[in-house]
Amino acid sequence: MKNHFATPLGIIGVGAFIGVTAALLQYAGNPGNMGICVACFIRDITGALGLHRAGVVQYLRPEIIGFVIGSLAASILFKEFHPRGGASPIIRFVLGAFAMIGALIFLGCPWRAILRLAGGDLNAIFGIMGLAGGIFIGTRFLKNGYSLGRSHACSPAAGYTTPLIMSLLFLLALIYPQVAGQEKSGILFYSIKGPGSMHAPLIVSISAALIIGFLAQRSRFCTMGAFRDLILFRQMHLFSGLIGLLVFAWITQMILGQFKPGFENQPVAHTLHLWNAMGMVLAGLAFSLAGGCPGRQLFLTGEGDTDAAIFVIGMAAGAAFAHNFGMASSPSGIGTHGQAAVVTGLLVCTAIGLTVKQK
Amino acid sequence: MKSTIDARGLSCPQPVLMTLDEIKKTSENEILVIVDSDVSKENVCRAVESRGWKVMKIDEENHAFHILVHRGMV
Repeated sequence: MKNHFATPLGIIGVGAFIGVTAALLQYAGNPGNMGICVACFIRDITGALGLHRAGVVQYLRPEIIGFVIGSLAASILFKEFHPRGGASPIIRFVLGAFAMIGALIFLGCPWRAILRLAGGDLNAIFGIMGLAGGIFIGTRFLKNGYSLGRSHACSPAAGYTTPLIMSLLFLLALIYPQVAGQEKSGILFYSIKGPGSMHAPLIVSISAALIIGFLAQRSRFCTMGAFRDLILFRQMHLFSGLIGLLVFAWITQMILGQFKPGFENQPVAHTLHLWNAMGMVLAGLAFSLAGGCPGRQLFLTGEGDTDAAIFVIGMAAGAAFAHNFGMASSPSGIGTHGQAAVVTGLLVCTAIGLTVKQK
Repeated sequence: MKSTIDARGLSCPQPVLMTLDEIKKTSENEILVIVDSDVSKENVCRAVESRGWKVMKIDEENHAFHILVHRGMV
């Protein structure tokens, strides 16, 4: 059976759908130029669970859960649910952690970088340039034989584990809903101010994310792959999806009156161009060594890829470290240890790129 | 004799990189690429076609796809 979503029109359509939906999610309550941000939202979940205690970024974001479950549904329906793993999981964990640390220095994953640009935040240009640079470095390692090795089939239970964890998290969000003005509801933490306090209604977020998860699984949408395939193979396929996202998010932001061009006073952003770029060099390198942007890692997790799940858990751990150790940026600038984090991360990722090869 | 690439278990872009490397190197007219995911199958097919090669047939055996590609006539 032909997969229509993996055609040129299919991938552009999916990118466009994500762009429109992200702008609408912002309109429905999500933070500025953050209709969807996979890195920020995993970080918010980490905060909701109390694994870091940055008070302004605590919310159990249903979007992340919806992406995994939507992808799970698509992969079961189209017989692509293949539980697998074992291709250097510990390295994926480390890459996930540094990918998150880099993304939180820029303040956004690749999806949000594009959405920030679509909303008029010109600081994102430096982030996107850094992202492309990081991915370029990653492709050099790939050309020189870098490989995380072969994955192997594993038991269905392993493949279902992360989707099950996601479902349980959703259950927690239902059992302990936000109480107005309260920082805690049962065991979950909530933000009463800052980006963590801004969110679309739960039913809107989860529904939109389920559809995106389903479509992205079918289309293989990946923002890292977009740059990587362009650099490595001169292939436009995935990149055209990214352009679809940018253009349609921009049009929707214009229609909704959410387009505000400029560098200053952009929502959840800072204007330190060098560190916007360097944060994303680190993130881009880590994504390319791990084989996917954060969104793609969630969709792969839904397909039963336990290695991708380890990357996601690495991202959550990275978010906790980023906030506990003062490595994450804020609108007022980079964290106390943000620069040290970038240097350390680049050294670690370079060592991984040089030494991890297939036997 | 055709060359064979076993890219089972490897995630993208490695199956594509291996296939394109072989296309560059080989003097044979046929390459058999074995992958075990739909994504790799789609990516390998897209990549070889962009290099002017043709996908002759795809057989599914033991949860793997055997993709036979043939040098296009110039």
